[in-house]
Amino acid sequence: MLESSKESLKLEAMKRVVGLIAKGKNASELFPAVVKNVANKNLELKKLVYVYLVRYAEEQQDLALLSISTFQRALKDPNQLIRASALRVLSSIRVPIIVPIMMLAIKEAASDLSPYVRKTAAHAIQKLYSLDADQKDHLIEVIEKLLKDKSTLVAGSVVMAFEEVCPDRIDLIHRNYRKLCNLLMDVEEWGQVVIISMLTRYARTQFISPWKEMLRDTNSEKAFYESDEEKRKSAEETKPYAMDPDHRLLLRSTKPLLQSRNTAVVMSVAQLYWHLAPKHEVNIITKSLVRLLRSHREVQYIVLQNIATMSIQRKGMFEPFMKSFYVRSTDATHIKTLKLEILTNLANEANISTVLREFQTYVKSQDKAFAAATIQAIGRCATNISEITDTCLNGLVLLLSNRDETVVAESVVVIRKLLQTQPSEHSDIIKHMAKLFDNITVPMARASILWLIGEYCEHVPKIAPDVLRKMAKTFHNEEDIVKLQTVSLAAKLYLTNSKQTKLLTQYILNLGKYDQNYDIRDRTRFIRQLIVPSERGGALSKYARRILLAPKPAPVLQSAFKDRDRFQLGTLSHTLNSKATGYLELSDWPPMAPDQSVRNVEVAEAVSRSTLALRQPVGLEIDSDEGPKNGHSCEAGSRSGSGSGSSEESSSEASESDSESSSDSDSGTEQKKQSEAKPAQKVRRSSGDGLVSVCDRVCVCVCQQLSSPVFVPVHTYELLHRMTGKGLAAQYHFSRQPCIYDDRMISVQLTFSNNGDHTLENIHISEKTSAGQNIHCFSPIECLEPEKSVTVSMGVDFNDSTQAASFQLCIYLTHTRKISQSFNVSIQPAVGELLLPVTMSEQDFSKEQGNTHTHTHTHTHTHKCSPKHNFQTSSLKQSTFYSMWFLNPEILAQHNKPNIIRMIIAISVYVELCLGSQSVVK
Amino acid sequence: MIHSLFLINNAGDIFLEKHWKSVISRSVCDYFFEAQEKAMEPDNVPPVIRTPHHYLINIYRDKIFFVSVIQTEVPPLFVIEFLHRVAEMFQDYFGDCSEVAIKDNVVIVYELLEEMLDNGFPLATESNILKELIKPPTILRSMVNSITGSSNVGETLPTGQLSTVPWRRAGVKYTNNEAYFDVVEEIDAILDKSGTTVFAEIQGVIDACVKLSGMPDLTLSFMNPRLLDDVSFHPCVRFKRWESERVLSFIPPDGNFRLMSYHVNAQNLVAIPVYVRQNISFFESGSSGRLDITLGPKQTMGKTVECVVVTVHMPKVVLNANLTATQGNYTYDPVTKILVWDIGKLNQQKLPNLKGSLSLQSGAPKPEENPSLNIDLKIQQLAISGLKVNRLDMYGEKYKPFKGVKYVTKAGKFQTGKVVPKQSSRLLFDKTK
Repeated sequence: MLESSKESLKLEAMKRVVGLIAKGKNASELFPAVVKNVANKNLELKKLVYVYLVRYAEEQQDLALLSISTFQRALKDPNQLIRASALRVLSSIRVPIIVPIMMLAIKEAASDLSPYVRKTAAHAIQKLYSLDADQKDHLIEVIEKLLKDKSTLVAGSVVMAFEEVCPDRIDLIHRNYRKLCNLLMDVEEWGQVVIISMLTRYARTQFISPWKEMLRDTNSEKAFYESDEEKRKSAEETKPYAMDPDHRLLLRSTKPLLQSRNTAVVMSVAQLYWHLAPKHEVNIITKSLVRLLRSHREVQYIVLQNIATMSIQRKGMFEPFMKSFYVRSTDATHIKTLKLEILTNLANEANISTVLREFQTYVKSQDKAFAAATIQAIGRCATNISEITDTCLNGLVLLLSNRDETVVAESVVVIRKLLQTQPSEHSDIIKHMAKLFDNITVPMARASILWLIGEYCEHVPKIAPDVLRKMAKTFHNEEDIVKLQTVSLAAKLYLTNSKQTKLLTQYILNLGKYDQNYDIRDRTRFIRQLIVPSERGGALSKYARRILLAPKPAPVLQSAFKDRDRFQLGTLSHTLNSKATGYLELSDWPPMAPDQSVRNVEVAEAVSRSTLALRQPVGLEIDSDEGPKNGHSCEAGSRSGSGSGSSEESSSEASESDSESSSDSDSGTEQKKQSEAKPAQKVRRSSGDGLVSVCDRVCVCVCQQLSSPVFVPVHTYELLHRMTGKGLAAQYHFSRQPCIYDDRMISVQLTFSNNGDHTLENIHISEKTSAGQNIHCFSPIECLEPEKSVTVSMGVDFNDSTQAASFQLCIYLTHTRKISQSFNVSIQPAVGELLLPVTMSEQDFSKEQGNTHTHTHTHTHTHKCSPKHNFQTSSLKQSTFYSMWFLNPEILAQHNKPNIIRMIIAISVYVELCLGSQSVVK
Repeated sequence: MIHSLFLINNAGDIFLEKHWKSVISRSVCDYFFEAQEKAMEPDNVPPVIRTPHHYLINIYRDKIFFVSVIQTEVPPLFVIEFLHRVAEMFQDYFGDCSEVAIKDNVVIVYELLEEMLDNGFPLATESNILKELIKPPTILRSMVNSITGSSNVGETLPTGQLSTVPWRRAGVKYTNNEAYFDVVEEIDAILDKSGTTVFAEIQGVIDACVKLSGMPDLTLSFMNPRLLDDVSFHPCVRFKRWESERVLSFIPPDGNFRLMSYHVNAQNLVAIPVYVRQNISFFESGSSGRLDITLGPKQTMGKTVECVVVTVHMPKVVLNANLTATQGNYTYDPVTKILVWDIGKLNQQKLPNLKGSLSLQSGAPKPEENPSLNIDLKIQQLAISGLKVNRLDMYGEKYKPFKGVKYVTKAGKFQTGKVVPKQSSRLLFDKTK
């Protein structure tokens, strides 16, 4: 059928072949016939052939090579879906000969225009790496390139590739760190998981611990006894901890993801907070984790495991939610046991009575394994909380008369552990257990009782030899552990009460000597030598009493989750409690913060040089200082970081709001934006420099080429007061986004709110009165109900003048005879809103400076008016100005206006902003 | 990440396998079978199993085990969540996720799995994108395809994949534009024998069925958003708007989806819609027992309680039950030891009652634990927490959609008759004496 000329027949045949593959049957002998169809036009047939190829190419390498040329052709296809799927298949064919072809294809695809193809390239990197690890260096280059990608589609996949290929090359992340944090919200959910776990590791190497102060608090007592000098030192160390703004950025950008519907995302955010957030902020993850318990059984299992680990360290986190961990009869056994574990961890003096009452019902459960686990849990509570030890012990003794064997056995074991802590007071319990001994058949329990009697034979001098006698009778029928304990019991009794038990002991030792199990024979031989010294000395026998009857420390009953926190939460290794292949250790916090400037993204070399030049003096200061460097460098970091922090904060907000608004627009513009985002991002980064904090306030208008994330002030201006507007109030603000209507327009956001009592209808702009100003109106608002508000955007071309744009705003007042009402309003642009931020290199700047005479003017003005900048003129000239926002020469050229006027406007803007005044300088 | 996937039915047959990297022999599943045998019940199979060279992460759903093979470190939840998505996708495509459905559509299943993962990393998991790439099977389409030879496979990249709204496809058109929202709340509760609430909480979801043309931008607001304590959203919901204004603003996916799920603040007292009087006792001698259960409506806010079903997991020694029900009918399965009493509507005047004797295995000791009751119920047109949708607004499109909201309250894990010992912990274990 595959050879048939009819496509439908071929397709049918291929479907059957795929059916075979799915069932796991071998279909490899069809390879030659199938491979012929790889160039078929029918897409479905093609796909099925791909499936087949990927499955069998490894086995039939020579024949597989026949198909390669088809893929190479498809890689040039104009359809991005075909390009991508060709790359997918090509990279999935595990034939070593084609490695160079794959490498080439990946490199090409990494610079493809379509983000979908780039995403596929990121996947192909991992495949090639697993096929041929020698290509690592080349692949890292591609990864580095793709990490710079701004598309949310690519981000997750490339980070995945990074984790697989070069997880130790943390230096590649530095420059992309802030971008990744900001994009995180919009990345698809699977990518989010990967990025978050990578960033967790990254943050642990790059930021200093936010937990330090907490630790010091606990040590404060010790500090009291320290010598004065030490105290002084520690006082210096306790300088307030300031979180790196980038650290804060990470925490802030992941927080909303706790609300994700994807449980894996929620868990990864939870582990990020657990590992990175200051202690007092971790609590926000509790609710979300408890929510996950509503999900599928398997999800519950993993989440409960993680909660169990957390609840050991931080009881308080989950205590209010204790009822959520109550066991239901319908839960699976492993879920029940985990819940029990958590309840035990959470138990304290205050809630122990509730917990115990709950446990009491569990003991009666029909699921006996679970009942046994409950008894263990009771034992743990009893040791942890000394007030209830007696109550628990009594309860457990009562359980000894339970009908169920496992329950009794478990109680015996737990009682033994509890008794070890205070044996003398409980000889009656031991007597009671000796009485029960005949009825208990579970080996572990029998062994425990024997051990107890042996250990405390002085408390029960009469019963002990009797038990030994019984044991001698049944010795050969016992399990190995019971036999071992019998031998020990005999030895102990021989030492304490040899008169009564000498013969019995000898008898038992003889039985043990010929036992089938070599452990028992071994033990018997050893004991015999120890207690019945032979003629040839036996130096040890002198110490027999001290060896056998040494007081033994009580066992500590602790959680199985005690040490689990050495693994990163949420990982496979954590679940298994052992290191899985490919597990990446979470490093400890660095003692000193590494240079944070590595995360700054420079626009041009010049800027980076200037930043360095500026940083230098600060660094030198630290070095010359004799005090502990740690505190200082930290502080210096926060000082220089504060500027960038504030700008970062606002810009990230801006970008978020931007992405939100852009999701409203159609996908076409979105794509365009993504490609345009690059320059804008660069501009923003330059504001990361501490010195240009003024620039943050510089309100310079956004031109059309530059889009998205720039600083947007929230200041709004009044357009229409509610009194004049008959209940309608309008405000406007400049959104500083590229106007979608026209290149020359400035986009303005209007917010209408209805403060009246009646519904307003048909709000629209009736006529544009102002001459020469082009206004793009918003679409009429059909109705606006009382107490509601609505935001629309419009575009105004101010013609590069500060003249106000006036127009008429109309509404229908339905409640009064359906009369249309209109108001004259005007929008007054601040000069800054008309301008555009531009960064330029030092050379360009000096060129521009040379061009215009007035420019020197700018300098002087800025200095005089800026009280915050008491830098030397020269230093300012050298450094600050280069990274400053400046007028775009292109715009100037476009509008054919004299440069000088432009410059004056620029000066006035700077002056205005430095003074912080809103007055417009003419 | 995910290396291979095996689908295994309850009988232990591997009926589908798919490898995303090199082929792994199906003998790896032997470790799984071993664990399955040890666990006795499918629910008890541990989700993560370690084998010498691989890790097996499995989920059990609709009587099928989805066993995935992992080779390196990966968050287990990542895999579990993905496997559930796969199961949901099957359900979406074939109506149900059963062995028969998968076997019948094995080619589509394979194409789906191929699209969903690339090299073990999820590629497209949004149902809307997948449906554009691979069209779901319908009788009509398979007829047309067999005649014309056209394929089930989309030829271009779905537009959603590239946009920031990957969940919605472009160019959706409907003649009737409608948006329906179902507010479904479940009460999880544990009541003790006397009917006092030991633990109760309300969990709710809002499921939506949105069939609107174009790119509508919806805003859903509540009368009392403060009730919602903890929420999780479909990715389409704008979190910022929720944070600041407590409204749900979103561009909806096309078709059915879960808009949000929420948890109602536990401090508010939960209204328990029914009360139960139960008396199940076993006699020490004569190997028999008595059962007497009565149900009645309690806080129902004037609505009728429907679809009431009582399920009792009897102890193993109960051989048979001889009961009479005043309303509805009961069945007792002696193999699984489950007693099901299907009551139906709850009548205010005549309270349903189930009474009679239980016969026990002779000679066996009487069960020490009294069985607890699981109750299932449904109340139409009521969200028990009192949550109310205020209004739904649409922006971005001109037409007037048809809107509707439905409320349903159900019993989630509703358990009664739990024996809770009396106050003091001094009296611990008194019952066992």
